[in-house]
Amino acid sequence: MKTAARNYLIFLWRCARIAFVGDWRYYAWMGVLTLFCMLGLNAYAKQFAQGLVVTGMSDQVSWGVYIANFTFLVGVAAAAVMMVIPVYIYDNEELHDLVIFGELLAVAAIIMCLSFVTVDLGRPDRFWHLIPGLGQLNFPASMLSWDVIVLNGYLLLNVHICGYLLYCRYQNKKPARWFYIPFVFTAIFWAISIHTVTAFLYVGLGGRPFWNTAIVGPRFLASAFTAGPALIILALQVIRRVTHYTITDKALLTLRSIVQVSMLINVFLLACEVFTEFYSGGLHIASSRYLFLGLHGYHALVPWIWTAITFNLTAMVLLVLPLSRSLKWLNLTCVLCITGIWIEKGMGLVIPGFIPTPLGEMAEYTPSLNETLVCFGIWAFGLLCYTIFLRMSVPILQGGISKANEKEALVNTIFAVTEAPK
Amino acid sequence: MSDKLPNSEPIPALDQVGMSRRSFLRTSAVVASGFAALAAGLEPLRNLNDFPTLERFMQKYYKEMTPEDMARVLKRIESEVEQQYGVRPHVRDYKPMDGVEFVYCLNLSRCIGCRKCVHACVAENNQSRNPEIQYIRVLQMPNGSFDMEKAVHDYNPEQVPEKGHFYMPVQCQQCKNPPCVKVCPVHATWQETDGITVIDYDWCIGCRYCEAACPYWARRFNFTKPSIPKEKINPNMSYLGNRPRRQGVMEKCHFCIQRTRAGRYPACVEVCPAGTRKFGNILDPESEVSYILKTKRVFTQLKEELGTSPRFFYYFDV
Repeated sequence: MKTAARNYLIFLWRCARIAFVGDWRYYAWMGVLTLFCMLGLNAYAKQFAQGLVVTGMSDQVSWGVYIANFTFLVGVAAAAVMMVIPVYIYDNEELHDLVIFGELLAVAAIIMCLSFVTVDLGRPDRFWHLIPGLGQLNFPASMLSWDVIVLNGYLLLNVHICGYLLYCRYQNKKPARWFYIPFVFTAIFWAISIHTVTAFLYVGLGGRPFWNTAIVGPRFLASAFTAGPALIILALQVIRRVTHYTITDKALLTLRSIVQVSMLINVFLLACEVFTEFYSGGLHIASSRYLFLGLHGYHALVPWIWTAITFNLTAMVLLVLPLSRSLKWLNLTCVLCITGIWIEKGMGLVIPGFIPTPLGEMAEYTPSLNETLVCFGIWAFGLLCYTIFLRMSVPILQGGISKANEKEALVNTIFAVTEAPK
Repeated sequence: MSDKLPNSEPIPALDQVGMSRRSFLRTSAVVASGFAALAAGLEPLRNLNDFPTLERFMQKYYKEMTPEDMARVLKRIESEVEQQYGVRPHVRDYKPMDGVEFVYCLNLSRCIGCRKCVHACVAENNQSRNPEIQYIRVLQMPNGSFDMEKAVHDYNPEQVPEKGHFYMPVQCQQCKNPPCVKVCPVHATWQETDGITVIDYDWCIGCRYCEAACPYWARRFNFTKPSIPKEKINPNMSYLGNRPRRQGVMEKCHFCIQRTRAGRYPACVEVCPAGTRKFGNILDPESEVSYILKTKRVFTQLKEELGTSPRFFYYFDV
């Protein structure tokens, strides 16, 4: 028992150390991210002191880019399963070793999600009111309480799966199936649930006709399974370039077909929604009209949504064409997917739900500079976490850090501390 | 952070690196500048004038407080208000009365859109004046339509009422089936036995989910620290009602708890020059509101189709 704990601590220590070691590109990248984190932290400190008045939000539009980014990132986190399903259900060999990179992305995305909801709170000092037993979590009535549970649960599941598999690889042991396979299958359902629950957050509001429609949930999933794997395709290529980790083109193309199918479904669901709203007309379409066409002389979101639609349609066409089998085109397509869906789910879903207000008042929303800096800060923090996770896991997967060379590593450290060579 | 690091990977046991004096100094310099940057980043926190004390941070949920807890908290709030505004208030925790369920009736044929109710409400309930928070929104509607999208919110003529329009004041509808209560993740808002939906301002985490859920746009958020001139403070305060709020929490109309639970009318009812507003106990068959709901043939609840079942009724003289 004692040796087990000791071994595990040594493992953690070596992981922590390697996060601070790299070539100049690594330091430059981490430096830039840290800089953005600091700018974000500074902006958040301002907000913490003065209140949410430093954002562009108002009583009319009471949620903004924080919740928009949160919604998008829940999708990214959920999309990690789109790598897990082929591997564990269809025994896809190409993706097998890459699952861990997808799950680590999910962990980073959930960290960003939790940061985005925290910065959106008016009283972050009272977060403990949400802790069951300590506070008063309104479960199961409030969808937000569901979200608290599923997001934290998903974080734990993925941390466990990644952590366990990596530690086994470190020890050069075969992972015990019972200790991770049940969690993998739970995580598959759990991933669907985090995004469904997040959709229900909006869908459950009867006073907001723009959100109060059953199609929001399916649309969330379709767009998540487009943007998430698209992001993973890009991330894997970066990993392939900066490390010597072998990632085959075939693996990337498997992900491409996931993006392809999801994008087709996503565009189809959008068409369904647009048809229902505009063909039947009526009073309930005010928000949709505002979003797509502008209403009563207000049209701040119109250019955004048409950009998103153009990007999504272009990406769809590219995905269907064999052209996107070439990585150059595939990367362009992925960027289009990610940007298009980020706009569609952020500016295109959260904001118009508030415009016009339930009393018919028109008030628009533009994020403030301070709010934008906080967003950049959180994105930078998320990327920082993901980079560190990769920095730790790649050498473990490749055997550079393993139990086998533990002794040399430790002896060297101790020797260095006591003898302090020049 | 060692001196010599090969650029290419994989490197076996990459972390077998010692620490020389030079690299120790370099590491210390990096760590020190990191802390300096962190301190600089957190600099705006020096403007934080409302940092919660441990006592406030640990304050219990309203429904879990014993009478002694409550007495202590009320005393603390009194001294905090006095410290901040220079006025010694009287803060009480008014409880709902047995056999009472409040209902509001508003006569749309009479309202002239003067907004006296809006301002009486602000004065009574210690709302922030800068930025000004108002619980009542009066809509100017064209005759013959109930479509709120046609409403004018910022009408400002020399004289009201304007021809061809009617006026519809909207405030918290005190729903029997309130969506705001359902969505609150921490039970910070709930419905009391007399039908008033209240907020524990010291429990609200400021997520604004209730604001998104309310179909009547009745809830307001304190986007910054509320500011009320000292001479404008109403010292008759209640815990769940009009005591001054803090930055980052929700508030809304509570039927003037500090008045109505002590047998008085809400401020908006009292101030209305047109006799538009009627308020009373629906469980009392002799009350004015019971009479109105029994005899007036045309009355409506806003957005009845949503199933929120407001305790706020609009009627016409027919």
